[in-house]
Amino acid sequence: MTLELFRLNRRFAGFHALNDVSLAIAPGEFVALLGPSGSGKTTLLRILAGLDYPDSGAALKDGEDFLATPARERRVGMVFQHYALFRHLTVVENIAFGLRVRPWRQRPSRAKIHERVDRLLARVQLEGLGGRYPSQLSGGQRQRVALARALAVEPDLLLLDEPFGALDAQVRVALRRWLRELHEELRLTTVFVTHDQEEALELADRVVVMNRGRIEQVGSPEVIYQQPATPFVCEFIGKVNRFAVRRTSVGWAAGGWMPEGDPWEGRFAGAVAYVRPEQLRLAVPATEPAWEARLRHIYLAGSIAHLELHVPSLDQVLEVDVASEDLSRLGLQPGMDLRLAPRSAVLFAQDPAGATLEHERWIWHERDRVHA
Amino acid sequence: MSARPRQRKPGLPRRLVHVVLILFALVFLLLFLVLPLATVFVEAFRQGVLPYLSAIREPEALAAIRLTLLVAVIAVPLNVVFGLAAAWAMTRFEFRGKALLGALIDLPFSVSPVISGLVYVLLFGAQGWFGPWLDAHGVKIIFAVPGLVLATVFITLPFVARELIPLMQAQGSEEEEAARVLGAGGWQMFFRVTLPNIRWALLYGVLLCNARAMGEFGAVSVVSGHIRGLTTTMPLEVEMRYNEYDYVGAFAVASLLALLALVTLGVKTLLEWRYRGELAAHAPGGH
Amino acid sequence: MRRRVLPGFGLSLGYALAYLGLIVLLPLAALAWKASGIGPHGLVRLLSAPRTLAALRLSIGGAVVAALFNVAIGLLVGWVLVRYRFPGRRLLDALVDLPFALPTAVAGIALSTLYSPNGWVGAFLEPFGIKVAYTRLGVFVAMVFVGFPFVVRTLQPVLASLEREVEEAAESLGARRWQTFFRVILPMLAPTLLTGFALAMARAVGEYGSVIFIAGNIPMHSEIAPLLIVQKLEEFDYAGAAALGAAMLLLSFVLLILVALLQRWSNRWAEVSQ
Repeated sequence: MTLELFRLNRRFAGFHALNDVSLAIAPGEFVALLGPSGSGKTTLLRILAGLDYPDSGAALKDGEDFLATPARERRVGMVFQHYALFRHLTVVENIAFGLRVRPWRQRPSRAKIHERVDRLLARVQLEGLGGRYPSQLSGGQRQRVALARALAVEPDLLLLDEPFGALDAQVRVALRRWLRELHEELRLTTVFVTHDQEEALELADRVVVMNRGRIEQVGSPEVIYQQPATPFVCEFIGKVNRFAVRRTSVGWAAGGWMPEGDPWEGRFAGAVAYVRPEQLRLAVPATEPAWEARLRHIYLAGSIAHLELHVPSLDQVLEVDVASEDLSRLGLQPGMDLRLAPRSAVLFAQDPAGATLEHERWIWHERDRVHA
Repeated sequence: MSARPRQRKPGLPRRLVHVVLILFALVFLLLFLVLPLATVFVEAFRQGVLPYLSAIREPEALAAIRLTLLVAVIAVPLNVVFGLAAAWAMTRFEFRGKALLGALIDLPFSVSPVISGLVYVLLFGAQGWFGPWLDAHGVKIIFAVPGLVLATVFITLPFVARELIPLMQAQGSEEEEAARVLGAGGWQMFFRVTLPNIRWALLYGVLLCNARAMGEFGAVSVVSGHIRGLTTTMPLEVEMRYNEYDYVGAFAVASLLALLALVTLGVKTLLEWRYRGELAAHAPGGH
Repeated sequence: MRRRVLPGFGLSLGYALAYLGLIVLLPLAALAWKASGIGPHGLVRLLSAPRTLAALRLSIGGAVVAALFNVAIGLLVGWVLVRYRFPGRRLLDALVDLPFALPTAVAGIALSTLYSPNGWVGAFLEPFGIKVAYTRLGVFVAMVFVGFPFVVRTLQPVLASLEREVEEAAESLGARRWQTFFRVILPMLAPTLLTGFALAMARAVGEYGSVIFIAGNIPMHSEIAPLLIVQKLEEFDYAGAAALGAAMLLLSFVLLILVALLQRWSNRWAEVSQ
């Protein structure tokens, strides 16, 4: 099933929840809508489910108008944020609900319903719990019931609203893997909403980053992470160091660091640079341009260590991530002086007034230059 | 792409259902609540303002008003003290039989008002347990003011306690424990910590208790003996005038009680609106 | 026993128990004692008297029917007040409590006047041959009036806390609006509706003030049980009055227990097992 959304707009009182959103979703794709709260991602999901309607724009499913179909005829499976299980129905009755409310002619026979519910119970690994009420299940079990209930109507589009939001960390990771495997098995077109970038990057084929009702970037997790399209994406995805860069008589420079080249050919005098903590190189030889920095703190977090370095020439603290084993290999101690330089950076030009220009992006790599 | 109007948000049929349901509810409330209330005032003023005024200035009416106030002034404080004691015991301590105590507090709500009066007649009436003894000592309870007070106390007993218990349960005892740790004495703790925390709920309970105390009919009717000017409260005066076909007189006194009800509703709504968080989420009051 | 941090346990509990004992338990004991005074034969004779039976049937039957009606209309009014926004909603909401606040005698004479053949509503119903005042229908009207707020007030907080997500889930699973209402919303409200039913019924069974003015009090037809008690008292038949009172109390407790059992069953899904 192909889904195409064209210029969807949705306004609530004094608030633009969706602003000209266009998006195409291919059959079998696993798409994450990622953004902070208020970014419009849930509104978009509710529009797909038929629980809300855009003020303008169109949605086509396999070339046909999707918005004209009411929610209950869309063949969409929805897993709600708090699951919205029917408290007064058992697990089996919850899963069978969508089949039992069908008009008489389309309703499967009792035996068929029973069989399908049994199969779904097995699929979500809840055999033997069919007679329980939702109040008697754990959070992870409830989530799987909600999923089974959504799958029971054999949807061709599965929607999940913050599917792991209400679960504790361990269950969350386990269910994430399980959902990914389920998707690989069923190849069901799936759209899920999350504010957790780790979740989006780990699960999705494609990530849609949203902010203030607009789509900031659409792309595979690698592209989103390595080639962020806008300053917002840089700052929202992962941790990032941000500092100012100026054009001097000898080219671009920030403190002792000088990225070679200029894709803008002298059109701009200032830019803002984003560098991820793991893209900072320590112990740079004195022959290369780099920052002089002093190591202030070491925070050991399992396999990774977070270092805090003060760079006097930037008058700023930068964060650097290294493998924990490198701590001893490099003999790192708080108070040490180190030379520090980026391996790669993303730069956005600034106009003379200091406003960042989202479309003037320069993805800089050590030794080679890429202009996107 | 052309702009798509929001044509399919709550569709026309659904909105029609809304309107029909609202109209239905309005008609019912009008018929069952507004009209009876309006009737009271219309009937009271049917012959104009002067007959109305003279009807409520008659000595019997004034005596009934005085008696009603007297009964309420005794019954309400009694139940306030009881409500505070019961709520304190129920919400601050664990003890056996707590659920039973709670059920006992609610009991008067499920007893017919007539039975509430009857039990005191059986206790203190001429043929009652203490009847002969009281008679010998010249004490009159039934067909006198003490009986009216007792019946009213019975009927209104749950109001304050029921308002306080859920609130104090929800508030917990941490603040009071803190006060104790800081060296407050028992009454200091009560007046400086407990009472300020429950004042609006207490006022709410007093309001409901008072409305009920002044308006009670069935229970006081049984113990009153209907002695005009001596043991007739306002609701009883309404009944007697009505049965004597003095409709203007009956509705005139009734209008005062209706006014009391409206004031009670107004203050109650105001309290709920202003101090929602400081009132317990409560089930409706009883009888 | 563990030492208690907070003071006043003995004082508050002792006072509450003594007060309850004097005000509630002692009088009820007198009722039981007096009622047992007429002996088993007397009791059977009293309760099998046609006039007693008719009065009990009217009080209890009328209360059940009125409470059922109140459940339906209370659901409607509660729904409208919680779900819809319209001008005057706050005022209506406040007005729902009127039957709580209005003294029963006042309600009684007002309803009686309103529904008498020359009252505003009575005159309107007269041409259709519907008589309310001085009939059983009048008893029903008064019982609906006094019981009405119970259902609405128990229902409102529950209705307000119903998650919209659950209804949306039903809709996205293909349920029509009425299917959502009957299969999802109504079963979830059932325990609350039963609570409201029990409260409204308990109130109506014993109701006296608002009923006697509109009922006409015709023996065997529109005479309620509490009135029969009053009449026995006026005839100085204390034992008979006590026995009838005790029987009424017992009957309404049995009804309340039945409703509580039904309610527990309808609420079985809320209990966490394990």
